[in-house]
Amino acid sequence: MALQSLDIQARSATTTPVPGVRETPDLAKLIDISKCIGCKACQVACMQWNDLQGEIGHNIGSYQNPHDLNDTTWTLMRFYEVEPEANRLEWLIRKDGCMHCADPGCLAACPSPGAIVQFSNGIVDFHQENCIGCGYCITGCPFDIPRLSKKDEKAYKCTLCSDRVSVGLEPACVKTCPTGAITFGSKRDMIEHAEARIVDLNERGFAQAGLYDPQGVGGTHVMYVLQHADRPELYGLPKDPTVSPLVELWKGIAKPLAIATMAFVGFASLFHYVTKGPNAVSKEIEKEVEKEEEEQA
Amino acid sequence: MTNHWVDIKNADLILIMGGNAAEAHPCGFKWVTEAKAHRKARLIVVDPRFTRSAAVADYYAPIRAGSDIAFLGGLINYLLSNDKIHHEYVRNYTDFSFLVKADFGFEDGIFTGYDAETRKYDKASWGYQLGEDGFVLTDPTLRDPLCVYQMLKAHYARYTPEMVSSICGTPQDAFLKVCEMIAETAASDRVMTIMYALGWTQHSQGSQMIRTGAMVQLLLGNIGKPGGGMNALRGHSNIQGLTDLGLLSNLLPGYMTLPGEKEQDFAAYLDKRSPKPLRQGQLSYWQNYPKFFVSTMKAWYGDGATAENNWAYDWLPKLDKTHDILQVFDDMHAGKMTGYICQGFNPLASAPCKVKVAGALSKLKFMVVIDPLATDTSEFWQDHGEYNDVDPTQIATEVFRLPSTCFAEEDGSLVSSSRVLQWHWKAASPPAEARADQEIIAGIFLKLRELYAKDGGTFPDPILNLTWRYKQPHSPSPDELAREFSGRALADVTDPKDATKVLVKKGEQLNGFAELRADGSTACGCWIFAGAWSEKGNLMARRDNADPYGIGQTLDWAWAWPANRRVLYNRASCDPAGKPFDPDRMLVAWDGANGRWSGSDIPDFKADSPPADGMGPFIMNPEGVARFFAVDKMADGPFPEHYEPMESPLANNPMHPDNPLARANPAARVFKGDWDSFGKPDQFPYVATTYRLTEHFHYWTKHCRSNAVVQPEQFVEIGEALAAEQGIRSGDHVRVRSNRGHIVAVAVVTKRLMSLDVEGRKVHTVGIPIHWGFTGVARNGYLTNTLTPFVGDANTQTPEFKAFLVNVEKIQTRV
Repeated sequence: MALQSLDIQARSATTTPVPGVRETPDLAKLIDISKCIGCKACQVACMQWNDLQGEIGHNIGSYQNPHDLNDTTWTLMRFYEVEPEANRLEWLIRKDGCMHCADPGCLAACPSPGAIVQFSNGIVDFHQENCIGCGYCITGCPFDIPRLSKKDEKAYKCTLCSDRVSVGLEPACVKTCPTGAITFGSKRDMIEHAEARIVDLNERGFAQAGLYDPQGVGGTHVMYVLQHADRPELYGLPKDPTVSPLVELWKGIAKPLAIATMAFVGFASLFHYVTKGPNAVSKEIEKEVEKEEEEQA
Repeated sequence: MTNHWVDIKNADLILIMGGNAAEAHPCGFKWVTEAKAHRKARLIVVDPRFTRSAAVADYYAPIRAGSDIAFLGGLINYLLSNDKIHHEYVRNYTDFSFLVKADFGFEDGIFTGYDAETRKYDKASWGYQLGEDGFVLTDPTLRDPLCVYQMLKAHYARYTPEMVSSICGTPQDAFLKVCEMIAETAASDRVMTIMYALGWTQHSQGSQMIRTGAMVQLLLGNIGKPGGGMNALRGHSNIQGLTDLGLLSNLLPGYMTLPGEKEQDFAAYLDKRSPKPLRQGQLSYWQNYPKFFVSTMKAWYGDGATAENNWAYDWLPKLDKTHDILQVFDDMHAGKMTGYICQGFNPLASAPCKVKVAGALSKLKFMVVIDPLATDTSEFWQDHGEYNDVDPTQIATEVFRLPSTCFAEEDGSLVSSSRVLQWHWKAASPPAEARADQEIIAGIFLKLRELYAKDGGTFPDPILNLTWRYKQPHSPSPDELAREFSGRALADVTDPKDATKVLVKKGEQLNGFAELRADGSTACGCWIFAGAWSEKGNLMARRDNADPYGIGQTLDWAWAWPANRRVLYNRASCDPAGKPFDPDRMLVAWDGANGRWSGSDIPDFKADSPPADGMGPFIMNPEGVARFFAVDKMADGPFPEHYEPMESPLANNPMHPDNPLARANPAARVFKGDWDSFGKPDQFPYVATTYRLTEHFHYWTKHCRSNAVVQPEQFVEIGEALAAEQGIRSGDHVRVRSNRGHIVAVAVVTKRLMSLDVEGRKVHTVGIPIHWGFTGVARNGYLTNTLTPFVGDANTQTPEFKAFLVNVEKIQTRV
């Protein structure tokens, strides 16, 4: 669904030029893991705002429930018990979900026109009515986020509450977060906020505290403040995420090849038209059809 | 809370101990993150588990469940031995210099006056020495060995870091690190707050744990200051209101107390509760007790309460003993009760030892359950397989279920932990036949009154004379009830200094408890709530969050008891001359020009008493100061002492290894028939502790799908060391047994439950979240209180849910 207050900046499998009159700020959500208590209020707010009724599953030996992201769980608290140094236990709790990459691998990989769009504010959104359920977006995502639904064979993930943001509201998770661990605003403001948080964490003994805004995907519109930014793997995050080479292959060779094929078909049609001329309907047939229509009326 | 939620942002150091605020109070916890973000505050968590609070703490120290007094006693010893106390504060605002009676003593873990038969103390020797003028004798030099300071020092000198570490299992360096961080707040411009909850309350020595925390805060001068205080985080919405309104079995509204059966004489009842000052020039505010009491009786009995009938004193029940929840279920179990009205309470799940509670309920003739949900208690008689394995044909109890409204289906006030009464408005109509609680109670009362009027009865007076002036007798409105607890004038109330000056006209709402009178001219249902609904209107409905001083003192947001005061004892935030210890965070100060105390808060003091008069800041105490020596106010000793939990992995108390009487709290509440129900460490070697999870609220949200999705199934937490010993992996099913029963749950194996070195050996802890049961949409499970012991705190009778013994075994994995 296109939202009139959000300009589309990129659209899967489409080359239509994008609108360019309005200037919209780059938006970002900042998740400060050092402030997160893992209460899962964001997870429940996401379910409730988006009308997602998940299944009541099982505990398989963890606080993490459901165990993984799925079609009704677009954001999930992941729990990591780590000892970054000997005898120093930390319980790192990360809110997982779509990172809204500036160079979205999912969008690049998607073969269905308009199933994945990127708005000019940075939100990457799935439009399920155009989704053909091929799952290429999953292959294309360096963060393993989209999930295919068994119910309708379509892919789902966090929308960054594009519906709320389009009318000037913050995402539901941001509104719900009781400790202010999730903040939302222009990407510039969020980076500035993160810088202050990093100074605070440095003072508290986290010398390697930093911002996670991986440049391999062009930066992201969901960023983390990490106590150990030098070791994102402690949080289950890829260190240097990039879009999968398969997608690059698809975009780099396969797609131009497809376009060349399409161009060839176009030229061939033109050639056919020029040499054979258009199909024509004879006057007799036309009159007969008109007569039949009058009788039916 | 002595302070309030928003005020936590003013702290420099936050100690979370005996609670897990991030887990159980996630919304209030935002003020901890505010303090960290804006004051560079540090957060310390001391807990048997590395909790969600610990996840965001600057420092975490592990502790064995139930050993908190040893830890805090060691902290007191550290502060005294290293001279890290706030001298000006303790000298002027505490009983440091008071002399204790010479015959008071403490020997091998037992205070003077103990009777092992009744498990009670005769507290005659637990008092101060009084002069002929009735005032306390003091030694301002603090050298007398009988002065409180010297006795305190001697008492806690035994709590050395080595002893603390050995009892608590806290590594010595971790203990000392916590001590150092806390000691810094002895400075006038550094303040610590303590946030605690049921992790301190639910022990057989829970009240004393809290008291030890308060003593630490007094030594550091942190009581009465912004960002300081002792902050009890209440466990239910409006549970603060419940205690305020006196719904505990021995209380009257506003923390007045019911008479005992020996107190048939009204004047003696009042006299005992209206203590004269113990020092020159002190306020001793409880001297106003008769005004509060008479006004309550006028609210209840109206014209029926007169001076001639002692304001209906004879109609009040006189207690033979405390009828707390443990006592009630013990009596019920003994077949001494016929019926039980269970309102907003799920005792099968919430009271200890499920098998005893279920047995007790089975002996009733009838039970009425008033609740919005189908509680486990209301279905205690149903066979729910392994989770509630009973035979309904053997249970004759008739159960009536009366559906009530949820909070969002009614108007009314809720009292938060901050003591703020905040009005709320109905958001939805109740479903089907559900009715508001007051409608249900009104219906029962009116029917009872009709029966008493028709048939008489043993003692009809208290029922027949109760005043019932609601416009719709079957449905008293929240507005009417709120105006009633706030109070009104029954005759013109005049200024005591000038009888011609009318303060409140007859029929008008009162402005506060200062206007209450003992002559029957005022009616007030709960004196501490007086003024919540004045002639200015419903002050609880105010929503102005203006914060003129910038320290979170929003006096026009709703209304706080008492007198809209936000920080209790706030006079103690100033030095004796009336200047704030920290001018940047001012609550009140003496304004010499106007001859009044004023500032960002309502002074908790006689507003026009100049500093030179020497009135102490603790005006509710007859001595005007805070007590390290509790005199006779605690059931189990004037100084907190470490005792083992009733079920402990240790055979004796390391503080008193040779005295079996001092192993566990000698005054803890144990019923005679229950001694055999306690387990021994040879059979049940592991310490168990129960707790909440953020994802759920008690036994309610298992009825709610969203909550069930994010925490679907019962589990227990087991440390890696114990799991390795028992061959248990995460996700396995385990059986956890105590001497009272067992539960089966999924094992969550974790680094966050460390095995601790206690008395030279390893002690493992098993963590048992509550929340599951045999009703609701979450996966059904066992009630955790199948496991817990039937023993209560000596003062509050709160059950010991936080420390008991279990065994754990791996069983075949299900599903």
